[in-house]
Amino acid sequence: MEAGYITLNMAPSGSTAKVKGLTSNGNIRRRMLDLGLVMNTDVEVLQKSPSGDPTAYHIRGAVIALRSEEASKILVEINPIV
Amino acid sequence: MVLTSRSTGPGVLRNSINTGHEAAGTFTIALAGNPNVGKSTIFNSLTGLRQHTGNWPGKTVANARGKYRYGDREFILVDIPGTYSLSASSVEEEVARDFICFGEPDATVVVADATCLERNLNLVLQTLEITDRVVVCLNLMDEAERKHIRIDLKKLAEKLGVPVIGTSARSGRGLPELMEAIYSVAVGRIKTKPLRITYDDIIEKALKRVEPYLFNLTGGKVNSRWVSLKMIEGDSSILNTLQEYLGYDLLKDRDVTGELRSARQGLWGINSDGARDMIVSGIVNTAENIFRDTVSLEHRDYNSLDRKIDSILTSRIYGIPVMIGLLGVIFWLTLAGANYPSEVIAAFLFHIEDLLTAFFTWAGAPQWLYGLLVRGMYRTLAWVVSVMLPPMAIFFPLFTLLEDLGYLPRIAFNLDNFFNKACAHGKQALTMCMGFGCNAAGVVGCRIIDSPRERLIAIITNNFVPCNGRFPTLIAIIAIFIGGRVPGVFGSFVSTLVLMGIVVLGVAVTLLVSAILSRTVLRGVPSSFTLELPPYRRPQVWRIIVRSVLDRALFVLGRAAAVAAPAGLIIWLLANIKIGEYSLLSHGALFLEPFARLLGLDGYILMAFIIGFPANEIVMPIIIMSYMSTGSILELDSLEALRQLLVSHGWTWLTAVSVMLFSLMHWPCGTTLWTIRKETGSAGWTLISFLVPTLTGIIICFTFARVVHLLRLI
Repeated sequence: MEAGYITLNMAPSGSTAKVKGLTSNGNIRRRMLDLGLVMNTDVEVLQKSPSGDPTAYHIRGAVIALRSEEASKILVEINPIV
Repeated sequence: MVLTSRSTGPGVLRNSINTGHEAAGTFTIALAGNPNVGKSTIFNSLTGLRQHTGNWPGKTVANARGKYRYGDREFILVDIPGTYSLSASSVEEEVARDFICFGEPDATVVVADATCLERNLNLVLQTLEITDRVVVCLNLMDEAERKHIRIDLKKLAEKLGVPVIGTSARSGRGLPELMEAIYSVAVGRIKTKPLRITYDDIIEKALKRVEPYLFNLTGGKVNSRWVSLKMIEGDSSILNTLQEYLGYDLLKDRDVTGELRSARQGLWGINSDGARDMIVSGIVNTAENIFRDTVSLEHRDYNSLDRKIDSILTSRIYGIPVMIGLLGVIFWLTLAGANYPSEVIAAFLFHIEDLLTAFFTWAGAPQWLYGLLVRGMYRTLAWVVSVMLPPMAIFFPLFTLLEDLGYLPRIAFNLDNFFNKACAHGKQALTMCMGFGCNAAGVVGCRIIDSPRERLIAIITNNFVPCNGRFPTLIAIIAIFIGGRVPGVFGSFVSTLVLMGIVVLGVAVTLLVSAILSRTVLRGVPSSFTLELPPYRRPQVWRIIVRSVLDRALFVLGRAAAVAAPAGLIIWLLANIKIGEYSLLSHGALFLEPFARLLGLDGYILMAFIIGFPANEIVMPIIIMSYMSTGSILELDSLEALRQLLVSHGWTWLTAVSVMLFSLMHWPCGTTLWTIRKETGSAGWTLISFLVPTLTGIIICFTFARVVHLLRLI
C-alpha cells in the first residue's frame, strides 16, 4: 500500500475521500468501476447501517452501500476539510 | 447434488435472443435504463399494460414486451432488465447487452434519472457505443425541478448526438414527444450522430489494429469498434454470444487473434484489467464532463432532505426500531381496519347464499347438488373472499406505499449484516419482502441475486415469511384467541404484537436456516454486491391505491378463488362420502391423529394443511368445515361462535400457537413449488425446498409442544 493511502472502509463517516486505486480484480473490479470509482473520484462517507456494516457512500450523485469487504479493496486519500 | 448453472437456472433468463420482429412495418424498440428510474412506468404508459413497478433494482429480469401504435406504425416495446452498465458482470447486464447488440432493435430508448444524471450517463454512453439509433428519455423531470436541478436538454442532445426528451412519466408529461422521437429515429427521419468516446492513446492505437479485421469478418452486422473494445478488454462472454450470432468462432480466425495479440503487446504489458480500467475511465470521465456542462444545481445540497431521512431510517439507534415500528403500524392498521369490512362482506355474501338456497329449493334441485354447489363451493368461496379481501385491500396499498417511497432498499441496508453473517446475499432481504405479498413472487424475485448458491438459499428460505394466503389464517386465529379475549383497542394492540412476533420469528428462522444451508449443502462465502439507496420519491397515493387493489389484491384473490371453489367442492365430497361409520375426511384425520398430536395439532388440522396444498388460504375453512357435523362451513356470524366450535373440539392456546407456527413453517403451496421447479430447473432443489420448511416446522412444533407439556404449562 502506498504511503498516505487508507482503504475506504477505514474512512470515517462524514469525511470525503479521493479514490487512488482498486486492489480487487476481475468481476468485482469491474463492478466498482461501473459505480464510477475511477482514479480521483470523490467519495463521501455517509453512515454505517445499524449493525455497523455495510456503509452508505455518496458516489457521483448516487448513494451506494458497500460491505466493508468490498470497501477494503478501494484505496483512498482523505480530503482535507475545507 | 452439484451446483451447476443449469441446475440453478439463471439460464432461464438467457432465453435465446428473440427479436420479435413480427410483421413488416412493425418496429421493435428496446427500453433500457438504470433500475429504479421509472422505466416500467414508461413501459406501462406507452403500452397500456399493467406491469408492477417497484422501487428497487432488478424488478424486470426477463424481457417483457408490449405493443403500441403511433402514427401509421406499430411498435413492439421490449422492456429489458434495468442495469447500471452493459459490462455483463451479471446475468441481467448480459441479457440487456445482448438484446441491444444482437436483438436488432429499430431503436433503443435509454431511460435516465434526471436527478442522478451523472451516474445514468454511464449506461447512455455505453449504449451509444453499441448502436447509433438511440433516444435518451430523461425521466423524473418533476423530481429534478423539485430539487432545483436544471438540465440543458438541448445542449445534452448536442453533446450526445441523439434526441433527448425530458419526461415525467407518472403524470404523462413528455410522452407524446418521446413517441415522436422514437418514431423519427426508427424510420430514419432523424439521423443520429452518436458521441464516440476518445479513449487513451494506447487503447485507440489497439483499436486501429483490430477493428478493420473485425469489420471485414462481421460484414458490418455488429458494431466492430465496440466488439474490438470488448476483445481488447478481454471480455469472454461477448465472444460466446458472437459465435452464436455469427455462426463461427472469431477466435479461430488467425488474423484476428494475431492482431489482438500484437495489439495487446502494444498495450505495453497492460493486462486486461488495466485495459478495462482505461476504457471505463474514459466513459466515466466523459460522463463527468457532459454532466458538468449541461447540469446546474441551484442548491448544492439538493439531496439534504434524503440524507436527513436516511440518517433516521438507517441510523444505528433508530434504524431497526423504526423498521419494526413501521411493520407494526401496517399490521395494526390491517388487523384493526379489516374487521368491520370483513363482517359487512360476510353478511352480504351469506345473504346471497340464502337467495341461492331459495332458488335451489324453488327449482327443486336434488339435495346433493345443492350441498355440492352451495354449501361446498359457494361457502368456501364466500369465506375466502370475506376474510381475505379486506386485509389485502389494506395491507397491499400500505406495503406498496413503502415500496414507492423507496423504503425497501433501506430495509435491505439495515438487515444486510445479518444476511452477511448467514453467508447469504444482501438482496435476500428484498426477496424476503416480496414474499410477504406472495411466496411465488418472492421466488421469481430471487432472480435479482446473481450467485447461484445465494439464489438457491433465498429460494429455499422464502417460504419462512408468511404470504398473503397465510396471513388470513394467522389473523383469524389471533382474532379468535387473542383479540377477542382482550377488550377494546388494547385487543388489536396485543394482536399486532403477536402477529409481529410471528413475522420476526419467520425472519429469524430465515436467517438461521440460511446460515445452516451455507455451512452444509450450499457451502460458500457471500459474494460481492452493491446496493443502491435510491432517492426517496413522493408517492402518488391515488395511483398506489388503484394499482395495488386492482393489480395485486384482485389478482391474488382471483387465484385464491379459482382454487377455493373447486377445493370447496372436493372438501364437501370428502366430508360427505362415508365409508363405514366415518367420512373420508375423518378417516384421513384419524390416520394422522397420533402424529399431529406430537406437533400440538390434531388430525383434522394436519389434514387441512395437506388439502390446503393448492392454496394456503383455504386451511382455516377446511378445519372449520371438518369440525362441523353438517359437513360444511358454518356461518361466520361471530368470532365467539367460532371460538366455541374450536374449543369444543379440544383447542387450547397450545393448539392455537401450534397452528400459527405450522402455518409459518410447512411446505410451500403448489404454485410456489411449481415456480421453484421452473426457476431452479431442478426436481432435486424443489424437493429440498419442500423438505426444509416442512422439517423445520415439524421440529419446532414438536419441541414447543414437548416443552409446554414438560413444564406443565397446560
